[in-house]
Amino acid sequence: MATSPADAVAQEQETLVRRIVARWRHDPSCLLQVLREVQEACGFLPPPALTLIARSLRLPLARVRGVAGFYSFLATEPRGVYRVLFSDNVTDRMQGSERLMSEMCHRLWVEPGKVSEDGLVSIATTSCTGLCDQGPGMLVNGRPIGRLSSERIENLSRLMLERRPVEEWPADLFEIEDNVRRADILLGHGLAAGDAIRAALRRGTQGRSERPANERSWREAYVGAALGPVAVLEEVKRSNLRGRGGAGFTTGIKWEACRHATGITRYVICNADEGEPGTFKDRVLLTSHADLLFDGMTVAAYAVGASKGFVYLRGEYGYLLERLNSVLERRRHENLLGQGILGQPGFDFDIEIHVGAGSYVCGEESALIESLEGKRGVPRNRPPYPVTNGYLQQPTIVNNVETLCAAALVAVQGGDWYRSIGTLKSSGTKILSVAGDCARPGLYEYPFGVTVRQVLEDCGAERTQAVQVSGPSGICVDVTEFGRRIALEDLPTAGAFTIFDTSRDMFEVARNYTQFFAHESCGFCTPCRVGTSMLLGSMEKIRGGNGTLHDLREIARLNKVLLMSAHCGLGHTACNPILDTMKKFRPMYERRLRSRDFAPAFDLDQALARARQMTGRDDAGAHLENQP
Amino acid sequence: MNELPTFLLDGEEVPFTPGQTVLQAALTAGRYIPHLCYHPEFTPHGSCKVCTAKVNGRTAASCTTPAEAAVEVESNTEELNDTRRTLVQMLFAEGNHFCPSCEKSGNCVLQALGYDLGVMTAGFRHLFPDRPVDASHPEILLDLNRCILCELCVRASRDVDGKSVFALAGRGLTKHLIVNSESGRLADTDVAVTDKAVAVCPVGVILRKRVGFAVPIGERRFDLRPISARALEDAPRKPGESDRA
Repeated sequence: MATSPADAVAQEQETLVRRIVARWRHDPSCLLQVLREVQEACGFLPPPALTLIARSLRLPLARVRGVAGFYSFLATEPRGVYRVLFSDNVTDRMQGSERLMSEMCHRLWVEPGKVSEDGLVSIATTSCTGLCDQGPGMLVNGRPIGRLSSERIENLSRLMLERRPVEEWPADLFEIEDNVRRADILLGHGLAAGDAIRAALRRGTQGRSERPANERSWREAYVGAALGPVAVLEEVKRSNLRGRGGAGFTTGIKWEACRHATGITRYVICNADEGEPGTFKDRVLLTSHADLLFDGMTVAAYAVGASKGFVYLRGEYGYLLERLNSVLERRRHENLLGQGILGQPGFDFDIEIHVGAGSYVCGEESALIESLEGKRGVPRNRPPYPVTNGYLQQPTIVNNVETLCAAALVAVQGGDWYRSIGTLKSSGTKILSVAGDCARPGLYEYPFGVTVRQVLEDCGAERTQAVQVSGPSGICVDVTEFGRRIALEDLPTAGAFTIFDTSRDMFEVARNYTQFFAHESCGFCTPCRVGTSMLLGSMEKIRGGNGTLHDLREIARLNKVLLMSAHCGLGHTACNPILDTMKKFRPMYERRLRSRDFAPAFDLDQALARARQMTGRDDAGAHLENQP
Repeated sequence: MNELPTFLLDGEEVPFTPGQTVLQAALTAGRYIPHLCYHPEFTPHGSCKVCTAKVNGRTAASCTTPAEAAVEVESNTEELNDTRRTLVQMLFAEGNHFCPSCEKSGNCVLQALGYDLGVMTAGFRHLFPDRPVDASHPEILLDLNRCILCELCVRASRDVDGKSVFALAGRGLTKHLIVNSESGRLADTDVAVTDKAVAVCPVGVILRKRVGFAVPIGERRFDLRPISARALEDAPRKPGESDRA
């Protein structure tokens, strides 16, 4: 019996899905990973594949579709052979990304957000891809390309029209620089793989050597070793290391709570979902300091008593997966991972990497855990917190990449050493992702307490009117505040340091950030789901010249409701960019306002455009009189 | 029997059993806090945020906040009621709600909350989303224009009916209800008109066919008594305890 080509494709798809599901152990908590890999192989998620995935994982089809529909990188409709995503951070726009995107659309005969007629290419925008220091950036079939220019757009368009596979494109297109401009204790650590783990284990034996000599026996030696984790925990507590993801929670306290929580097992999760627009430090740490990170995770596992770890890698950094997996494989060979690490009985730990699929909210730790469990990335209700009820309801610590790297340093050098650096409440150093209007964008690592002015001087920024510290959810500081310091007690930050000179329109900056929040709202709670879109509506209305004082009042009203009732930080901070810039750069808003107290967003004459087009009329009678 | 711990709600003591949330304890004690996505028969999930209250000065959804001894909860304040009004306005603006022509009018929780909280105006630009109606099922109509994404049908179908007929897809403003069938049509799911998921819909999304307007408007549930009174009548009580109202 002959099989039709369609049958053959279906057969092939089925084999593929079965293989991927088997590789993820038929585990429904790996749904997102299965979806991501099936899409990578098929270009999108065809309906029969979703049905098969649901059946093989024993999940309701609606739930599988619900997860597929949550993540912006997953597509249930066919897309182009080449899938182009332009990074849409404000720095990309400042570097001309909007013009470059329309150039590419023009060359390839495609409308933004659609697939070209011949199915060759689809072009759209995506939230910040973490290439702000070498933008404008884009992803082509998941691979990053930076430093876009008209020339690059022309080259890329030609490669696509020639239908050259992305794997065969010139390698220099995909070159991503680290751009480390100022290294301190972390970026200049000089440690070899495993150094931090060895140091942690030694802290256990130091505990033993402090005991009286007559107690020395193999039994005491074992007890001594058991003291190791506590000794490491003590050092981390003494260091006063605080979370580098933005919230600044004390790491030692988090670890201790997890260690003391009751559970069947414990988990260490590295939050590598670096989604705050303007931040790219984790990209560099993952690229060039992966061993330090894995050392830090292993030290954390040793301290809290975990045997399994996860790295939740943001989808935009999926291109690093292969390299990171090979580092993990090497570490297994070196006995830095696996059973009895470095010969320590019972010290079992391994790390698995899960890749996200385009969702900013998943950077919130409980949403990250939901995503890691193969669900929609919606923040949980807390309490209970992850330290007691985390991944699969077990005690779990979730730490930022930079925090875990710093913890590795603490394991080697000790808590007192670490605490001696930085300020009273913010010990150690902070890596800043410097981008925007400056001569030398890139990574700058400083001890906490550095002033905004110092950073601006070091990176060669001139005529600066504002700096957005810690991205859209952070703080906008103006010239009068450049004496403020980067520290938890003054300007807390997850790392983004985005510079705007006097040529920039701060209203447009706030509008870009508002678009970001509306796009990334998970939609769980009413105030954020509806409120962020209402905010964007107000901003677009003001931009269109129809804004009045009424709209500014509405923004203030929305802010109040978001602050009071939003489910997570995204909603709480969604108004910050507008309120900050409205306060500090009010003329940029007021010159757009119409003086009347209220004007409708609805343009009656514009609404008749379609009717005019259909009737072929454009005479004066087909227009409403211009209102005074 | 004063063994139960208590917290203060608007200055008055409310007893609670450990494990109860603030809203659950309040309703049990005959005290009303406006709420929408909470239902006494289901685990609270806290998405609508209408029940937002101040617990020791910090705002939180009272349906998911565990009750704790001696905390002070503020609920019936102008500031909080204003937030609630705005949230209800947001839900009205987000969907396509035309009360006069809706079969659920008078039995609708969103409408009843609007009346009870004194929502007098739309407040926001309506979004007028393009949403489908699914009339494929012989006995059940699904009108997604009125969906407020409370997830009660999702929870009921999964936890009570054991079917998972309903789920959510999309995110942000594009979040929407979907049904569990390959065709995406309700008729092809295993939903039954007797399912809890069908009965639990607080608005006019999941409607039984051919029973419309059996009770005349004006004589319906919230036409007779406001939702603040009805919610207390529905609240779980300990056996033998009579309504305080």
